[in-house]
Amino acid sequence: MLNRLNRTLRGIGHRVIDRIWRLGRASRFFLSTLVLSGESFRRLHLTIREMYFTGVLSLIIIMVSALFVGMVLGLQGYNTLQKYGSSDAIGVLVALSLVRELGPVVTALLFAGRAGTAITAEIGLMKATEQLSAMEMMAVNPIARVVAPRFWAGVISMPFLAALFSMVGVFGGYLVAVPLIGVDEGAFWSQMQSSVDFHEDIVNGVIKSCVFGVVCTIIALFEGYDAPPTAEGVSRATTRTVVNSSLAVLGLDFVLTSFMLN
Amino acid sequence: MDRTTIDLWVGIFVALGVAALFGLAMKVGNLTSSQIGATYNVTAAFENIGGLKARAPVKSAGVLVGRVENIQFDSKTYEAQVTLAIDTHYEFPKDTFANIYTAGLLGEQYIGLDPGGDEAMLKNGDKISHTQDAVVLEKLISQFLYSKASETDEKKESK
Repeated sequence: MLNRLNRTLRGIGHRVIDRIWRLGRASRFFLSTLVLSGESFRRLHLTIREMYFTGVLSLIIIMVSALFVGMVLGLQGYNTLQKYGSSDAIGVLVALSLVRELGPVVTALLFAGRAGTAITAEIGLMKATEQLSAMEMMAVNPIARVVAPRFWAGVISMPFLAALFSMVGVFGGYLVAVPLIGVDEGAFWSQMQSSVDFHEDIVNGVIKSCVFGVVCTIIALFEGYDAPPTAEGVSRATTRTVVNSSLAVLGLDFVLTSFMLN
Repeated sequence: MDRTTIDLWVGIFVALGVAALFGLAMKVGNLTSSQIGATYNVTAAFENIGGLKARAPVKSAGVLVGRVENIQFDSKTYEAQVTLAIDTHYEFPKDTFANIYTAGLLGEQYIGLDPGGDEAMLKNGDKISHTQDAVVLEKLISQFLYSKASETDEKKESK
C-alpha cells in the first residue's frame, strides 16, 4: 500500500519535473530562434519559400472554412435576432464575432492543424535522418538555417490569414443575410460600420493573430526539434503540436481578451 | 517549383492579406465614416451625464460633428466636466444648447447640439453654458409613481 503510494507520488513528481524541464528547453529554443533570426532576413528567399508552404498552401482551407463559418453565423444570428425584431443588426453580429474572436482563433486552430503538423513532421524527420546533425558538421547552425525562416514565415503569415478569414467570413454572412434572407443591404453595411471600431476591434484582432502566430509556430518547431528520432517519436510530436497549440491558443485568447476588454 | 513561381505566389498571398486588412478597415470598420479632421475643444458642465462615455458621438441635427474627448468630475461644483472635440468645419453660436440624448430606447448616449441665435461663435476652450442632463429612466419612473401616489392621496382627502 505504502509502496504503491510512494510510486505514484514519485511518478507525478517525475512528470512535473519533466514538464518544467521541457518548458525551460522550449524557452531557450525560442530565445535562440529570436537571436539567430537575422539570417532569415538576410537570405529572404528561405523565408519566402516557407511562407509559400505555411501561408499560400493554407489559403484554401482558411477561405473555405471562413465562408462557411460566416454563412452559419448569418443563419444562426438571423434566427435569434429576428425574434427581437432587430434582424438588421446581423451585419454587426457577424462582423464583430469574426473580427474579434473567430477570425484569429479559428485561423490559429486551422493553422496548427494544417501548417503546424507539417512543420513538426518535417523537422522531426530531418532530425531522425540526421540532416540537422549533418548541418552542424558543416558549421551551419540548424536553428538559423532551418528553424528561424519557418518561424518568421509563420509569424508573418498568420495575421494575413486571419484578416482574410474575417473578410471572407463577412462576405459569407453577407451572402446569407442579403440575397438569401433579404435583409436590407444598406442597413447590413451601415450598422456594421457604425459599430465595428478600427482600433478597438480590428487592431486588437490583428494583435491577437500575431500572438497566436508566434505561439503556434514556435510550438510546432519545438516539438519537431525536440522529437525522439524515431517514427513513433515523430508521430507523437505531431499529435502534441496540435494539442498544445490548440490549448495555448484558446487559453491565451482568454487572457488577451480580458486585457483588451479592460 | 522554381524560386520565381514561389515568389509570385507569396506575393499574391501578401497582397491578398494586405487587401483583406484594408478591406476590413474600410468596409467593415468605421475608419472612413467617422473620421473627423482637425478639431477644437469646447467644454460643457452637466449635473448628470447618465451613461455617456468618452468617444461618444456629438451630433447636431443628427449629423456627426464631433466626439466626446474627455469626461471629468469637478469636485468644486460637483458637476461632470465634459470636453467635446468638434470638427473645425462646423461652427456653433455661443448660446448653443448641449443635451444628452439616448439613441433609441436602450441605445448608447450621445450629445446633441441645438444652435442658438448668438452672433458670436464658440471658439477653442469656450464653455457651453446651456446644458440639459441625461434622462435617467429610474428617476422618471419614481417621479411618475410619486405624482400618481400624491394624486390619489388628494382625491381621498377631497372625498
